[in-house]
Amino acid sequence: MDDMIVMQNVWKAYPNGVMALNGVDLSVKEGEFIYVVGPSGAGKSTFIKMIFRELKPTRGKIFVNHKNIANLRERQVPYFRRKIGIVFQDFRLLPKLTVYENVAFALEVIEEPPRMIKRRVMEVLDLVGLKHKMRSFPDQLSGGEQQRVSIARSICNRPPVLIADEPTGNLDPETSWQIMDVFKRINEQGTTIVMATHNRDIVNTVKHRVIALEGGMIVRDEEEGAYGYEA
Amino acid sequence: MVMKLRTLQRHVKESFKSLGRNGWMTFASVSAVTVALVLVGLFMMVLFNLNKIAGDIESDVEVRVYVDQSATKADQTQLASSLKQLKNVQSVTFQSKTQGLNSLMKSLGNDKNVFADVKSDNPLPNAYILKTKQPEQTASVASQAKTLPHVSDVRYGQGTVEKLFHVINIARNVGIVLILGLLFTSVFLIANTIKLTIVARRREIEIMKLVGATNAFVRWPYFIEGLIMGVLGSVIPVFLVIVVYHFAYYNLGGNLSSMFISLIPYQTMTTNLSLLLVGIGAVIGVWGSLSSIRKFLKI
Ligand SMILES: Nc1ncnc2c1ncn2[C@@H]1O[C@H](COP(=O)(O)OP(=O)(O)OP(=O)(O)O)[C@@H](O)[C@H]1O
Ligand SMILES: [Mg+2]
Repeated sequence: MDDMIVMQNVWKAYPNGVMALNGVDLSVKEGEFIYVVGPSGAGKSTFIKMIFRELKPTRGKIFVNHKNIANLRERQVPYFRRKIGIVFQDFRLLPKLTVYENVAFALEVIEEPPRMIKRRVMEVLDLVGLKHKMRSFPDQLSGGEQQRVSIARSICNRPPVLIADEPTGNLDPETSWQIMDVFKRINEQGTTIVMATHNRDIVNTVKHRVIALEGGMIVRDEEEGAYGYEA
Repeated sequence: MVMKLRTLQRHVKESFKSLGRNGWMTFASVSAVTVALVLVGLFMMVLFNLNKIAGDIESDVEVRVYVDQSATKADQTQLASSLKQLKNVQSVTFQSKTQGLNSLMKSLGNDKNVFADVKSDNPLPNAYILKTKQPEQTASVASQAKTLPHVSDVRYGQGTVEKLFHVINIARNVGIVLILGLLFTSVFLIANTIKLTIVARRREIEIMKLVGATNAFVRWPYFIEGLIMGVLGSVIPVFLVIVVYHFAYYNLGGNLSSMFISLIPYQTMTTNLSLLLVGIGAVIGVWGSLSSIRKFLKI
């Protein structure tokens, strides 16, 4: 299988001098599902931000889909991001738009043709099981439903990679499982998923490769790994 | 790259939606531009005319060299050629005492009776009228001419010319500083107004950037919004300039025409100044609007 994400000796120093990543080497295969775990401040979010080029590495190379994004031109960043789905802990939905409009928004702003948008939005809403709520506004939905809308939005442009920073962080255990169910379906369609999480139950139950970060370094990398930290 | 019509429609729709939603903010921004442009418009009206009048006077500045009454014809010819050789002299024209009297009578009006006696015994001397290459050179040419033989007196708009240039220069500089200050203030006001509304739209920009919208795409609605606000802000100033200049030109302008100066023609002035004001308004609006979102594009 092909490599989807490759990091070679990646370092990240924040302007205030904090070294958030210290020489990370890693490769993630196409279609793989990985968890990124570690204590607070370990560098998980920094790691995630590097993959969609919110941050540039101070040193090292990052290949996503065979493209070195460390030296990507600023003008090219938007086109690169269209190939990456992103999910956050806080959903980031637009409160004044309906469920349907929130998902369609992501396709409108990259200028997809309207007929294609309609079809695709219905498709992804179906996938996350929210077709019947398409006319609701975010504040009329539960947290889990809102997160499913944000997942639908993240995959509507069929990105080969989906990255998620603590997607279940704001949800109760019950709803978290629903989210994992959606991720499973997306992963089965061939999408590579990178998920930073503090949720030990999920990591220990839904087995995938686990990468543990501590002090900005990879301290563990196991296929079918466990969460490995006391709760 | 040509923008898709659908995309342009979206941007225009978004701009109007936002202008409407933030009605009071829009009103405040437009008012700020209006106030600035009213002042700029009135000031430019005065400044442009001062410049024009200065030009009129400049081109009229001449040095009169009066010939000594005792000078012979030969002396006069000699003087004429010396005058021609002076530095910075462009032209030398002879004005006989009769011509001088005629032009004096003309400039003083129709009351010819006063001069009836004088005409038979003309007290005016013959004169040479010099034009200098540059208006600032009149003083030096005059002092050189004074040293030549058979010259009884040299006259030019001593003092008044220098003073006028001095005043215009100061007015121009003060005006430019004032105008720049006003314009920056209104750019700042627009930027701040939009910044207040942007807090609500910040999330929207953030999401756009995350799903891969280009900066240009994010900017367009703001560009259009700024443009609309700037152009709206220039409506009242343009109208005011047209009305005020109508009054100034057709009332004041008439009185000036008896002198050798005149105001800038009504059509020319109002057309140019209107275009200028609309242009400045558009630039201020767009500049203010775009500068307010610059920070939010860095995601
Ligand atoms: N913008 C920033 N400027 C400076 N330092 C930062 C910034 N963001 C993060 N850091 C620092 O970098 C280190 C790694 O932070 P990061 O957010 O990647 O940790 P994390 O593993 O995601 O933690 P958590 O589990 O609490 O979300 C921390 O020491 C943090 O204080
Ligand atoms: Mg984090």
